[in-house]
Amino acid sequence: MQMTAKSDLPQGTLDLLILKIAALGPIHGYAIAQRFQQVSRDVVQVPQGSLYPALHRLENRGLLAADWKETETGREAKFYRLTRKGRAQLETEAASWQRLTDAVGLILGMSEGGAE
Amino acid sequence: MTWWHRLWRRKRMDERIDKELRFHIERHAADLIARGHPPEEATREARLALGGPEQVKEACRDARGTRWLEDFLQDFRYALRTLRQKPGFAAVTLVTLALGIGATTVMFTVINGVLLKPLAYPEPERLAALHRHTEKYGDQWGISYPNFLDCQRESRSLTPMAAWTYGGGTVSEPGEAEYVAGRQISSELFSVYGVALSRGRAFLPEEDRPGAAPVVVISYGLWQRRYSGSQSAIGGRLAFDGKSYTVVGIAPAGFRLDGDADVFTPLGQNTEVRMRNREAHFLHVVARLGPGVTPAEAQAELALIGRRLAEQYPKANAGSGFQTQPLRQELVGDVRPTLWLLLGAVSLVLSIACVNIASLLLARAVSRERELAMRVALGAGRSRLVRQCLTESAVLGICGGALGILLAAIGIRPFVVFWPGSLPRAEEIRLDWHVLLFALSASLFSGLLFGLAPALRASARELEQCLGAGSRTITGSSRRLHSGFVIAEIALAVVLLVAAGILGRTVLRLSSLDPGINIRNVLAAHVSLSPGVLENPAQIRAAWRDVLDRARRVPGVQSVALTDIIPMRVGENGLGYWTTPAPPPPNQMPIALASSATPDYLEVMGIPLHQGRFFNEHDRMGAEPVIVIDEVLAQHAFGGSEPVGKRLWVQALGPAKVVGVVGHVRHWGLASDDQAQVRDQIYYPFAQVPDHLMRLFSSFMSMAVRTSIQPLNVVEPLRRELRGSAGDQTLYEVRTMEQLAGASLASQRFLMTLFGIFAGLALLLACLGIYGVLAYVTSQRVPEIGLRMALGASARDVMWHVLRQSLGMIFVGVGGGLATAAAAARLLQRLVAGVHSTEPLTFGIMISILVAAALFASFLPARRASRVDPMSALRQE
Repeated sequence: MQMTAKSDLPQGTLDLLILKIAALGPIHGYAIAQRFQQVSRDVVQVPQGSLYPALHRLENRGLLAADWKETETGREAKFYRLTRKGRAQLETEAASWQRLTDAVGLILGMSEGGAE
Repeated sequence: MTWWHRLWRRKRMDERIDKELRFHIERHAADLIARGHPPEEATREARLALGGPEQVKEACRDARGTRWLEDFLQDFRYALRTLRQKPGFAAVTLVTLALGIGATTVMFTVINGVLLKPLAYPEPERLAALHRHTEKYGDQWGISYPNFLDCQRESRSLTPMAAWTYGGGTVSEPGEAEYVAGRQISSELFSVYGVALSRGRAFLPEEDRPGAAPVVVISYGLWQRRYSGSQSAIGGRLAFDGKSYTVVGIAPAGFRLDGDADVFTPLGQNTEVRMRNREAHFLHVVARLGPGVTPAEAQAELALIGRRLAEQYPKANAGSGFQTQPLRQELVGDVRPTLWLLLGAVSLVLSIACVNIASLLLARAVSRERELAMRVALGAGRSRLVRQCLTESAVLGICGGALGILLAAIGIRPFVVFWPGSLPRAEEIRLDWHVLLFALSASLFSGLLFGLAPALRASARELEQCLGAGSRTITGSSRRLHSGFVIAEIALAVVLLVAAGILGRTVLRLSSLDPGINIRNVLAAHVSLSPGVLENPAQIRAAWRDVLDRARRVPGVQSVALTDIIPMRVGENGLGYWTTPAPPPPNQMPIALASSATPDYLEVMGIPLHQGRFFNEHDRMGAEPVIVIDEVLAQHAFGGSEPVGKRLWVQALGPAKVVGVVGHVRHWGLASDDQAQVRDQIYYPFAQVPDHLMRLFSSFMSMAVRTSIQPLNVVEPLRRELRGSAGDQTLYEVRTMEQLAGASLASQRFLMTLFGIFAGLALLLACLGIYGVLAYVTSQRVPEIGLRMALGASARDVMWHVLRQSLGMIFVGVGGGLATAAAAARLLQRLVAGVHSTEPLTFGIMISILVAAALFASFLPARRASRVDPMSALRQE
């Protein structure tokens, strides 16, 4: 993949994506970064530097909870999981994101001159 | 986890972030190695992918939401540490600030207690004072008793309404004879104020009438003093001015009516003639606005009543009506502008202090540039640096403010005592939370004010350059800012210096004025006759003759006279006069200050006799009524013609023959007499006061004594001698005429002293500022100066170069300050009696002082600059 093909994440969507990934089960920061790359097929560029501040912010707002647990390799790592509040937030945000993308899709799908 | 919990366990949190990030980097590196990267490359790449670990950690801390507090605590500790490292700097700043804040807080405490606090009565905003308003003389406080009764009966909006006047007399039982201040009050007075008596009851309406049983309310203090606070005082007896009263109530502790009073008697029981005279306007009237009534409605109703009374009694009320104003305004009276003036002056001092500290801080900030640049390079954000600078100055501000509050707490009592005359509501002046809030905001505000310039500078500068350059150079913008500070300081100092100079000249000029009397070795005191003689006019006259005889026997006494009005003391009697048998309409009648006197009065006071004679033993009841006038009245009433032998008609006295003309006495005080409305003066013989007025006159007669020795030394012998055969005659309010003359200038002296102190402080601070800035600028310019000298500049050239720089700042500052100073001078002229605002000489002198001091302050750095050794200076570069 060429660097130029990647695009920056739209403002405010990082939190939504983190919540979605954490909804699949407890997960640590590095794995979240990996998952981003795999799932988005390297299209979306998540600056790793802003991942951790985002995680801490979500934890602070009570959308995520964290526990220190051992990984499969026997190392201690911080695992994040979705709280009930986080799940509700994920649902409303995902819904509104869906509406937004549908609307954008509709506009982009208009045939030229079709508005006459 | 709550935020404070997180804050508390901050260290552990930091370790956890560390651990979490380390885990990330290690896993990433392991993955990279697994994909075939060399191990040493892998770790580096993982680190780069994550970004600077410190920045990420900072961002995580930010996300936790306690960041500002952590930063604040960190900055706070850092600020304290830097202050401790430079104790000299810290001491100068803190003392400067403490003085500024302390002085400002003292002034605000006084203003808060006197002007801002509501009166300590229930629903104080509904309390109103009533005045008589005349078309010719404006507001005059007095209202006559018949007018009061009519207003009270007819008003629906001002109810209850009450009247009072001064009283006072000798309490002779229980205990020793003692003169006490008293008030005559109408029965509703306590309910107007809305205060309950501490024991017993107030007067009943039927007791507030002539001929009712004599009852009295006594003060809490008198109750403690004379009855030891015993319950049996209620219903007990009190002998007051020779009359036996039944005590019915004890006033609440601390209750004051224009000062302390011990005895309250029913006004309506007073049978003096003036009580029935609609033209005797002598009562204070207070009232409470009825429920739902606005002041405007009350005023409209009063105007209506006033018009009706003017129609019904044109002789007394033509051209006059009634006005109401909030009681607080009445109590505070004319100290309001003086207080605001002083607060303005101390704020100027505080501003100078702030500017001074700002320039010190700026100088320090410039020398700390490398430190700041280093911090930026290590990852500190610009806003973070600004915050740190502001925290430092806020810490300075708060510490200085705390010291200032301490100073204010110590200084407030002496200040109130030092106040000339009595400050109204002085008992309510104290440090409370309003004052603390004010002082705290003033300190914080000053802190931000003087911290702003260095802080903004920290962010604006291209700091990266500083690391490269050996930061010895001083930039033009910084020099301009420094000069700006000095100019501002000088401008502010000009205002204070000119104000102090004008007040000083005023006091000098006024104290050289001739009061019209010889104030040396004269004693004046009220005499309260033995209560036993007061019922009989003939006995009163005899008692007064006895007082004069006894006083003359006291060793050291040269001559003695009686008078009802002592020059420059409170207590006047203005009477209308005319020169033809038909009186002019009341609102066009000229008024003269009329005093009754005994024959020796002229000699005792040292008043010069211009024409004719003063009184003698033959001017008595039954003889032809005579009066003596002063030169001012002679000029007003008779112009160029000869007054002696002419007749003059005086209100309440009738026609009298003018027998003499004497010099004018500055009765209203050295400062105020020239501008006074009533300057004409009339003297009439005390012996010709009619019988029915004898008792009234006796209540305010005073004795004036000329002595051959220090006048205060005759006070005790005089007091002993005057006790009289019954042992119950007393002297009170004993003053020397020198004291009274001094007191008439007290407010000017007081303002002069304070402004002198403020101006001195301002001058000192401005000089320190100039010195500091020049010393700093020249030390920064040592290499440049060395270069100039190496290129042939002489020591004199260098010195002149530095001095010229400071002269420039001084002249711009003086120019800026002059306009403000002129405005301040006009303000002083309006607020302080006797001040002339246009005094070019004063302006000149004060500005010369300032320029000289400022040049002296710049001389030291200039000389140091001229002694720079060119070789070593150049080597420093």
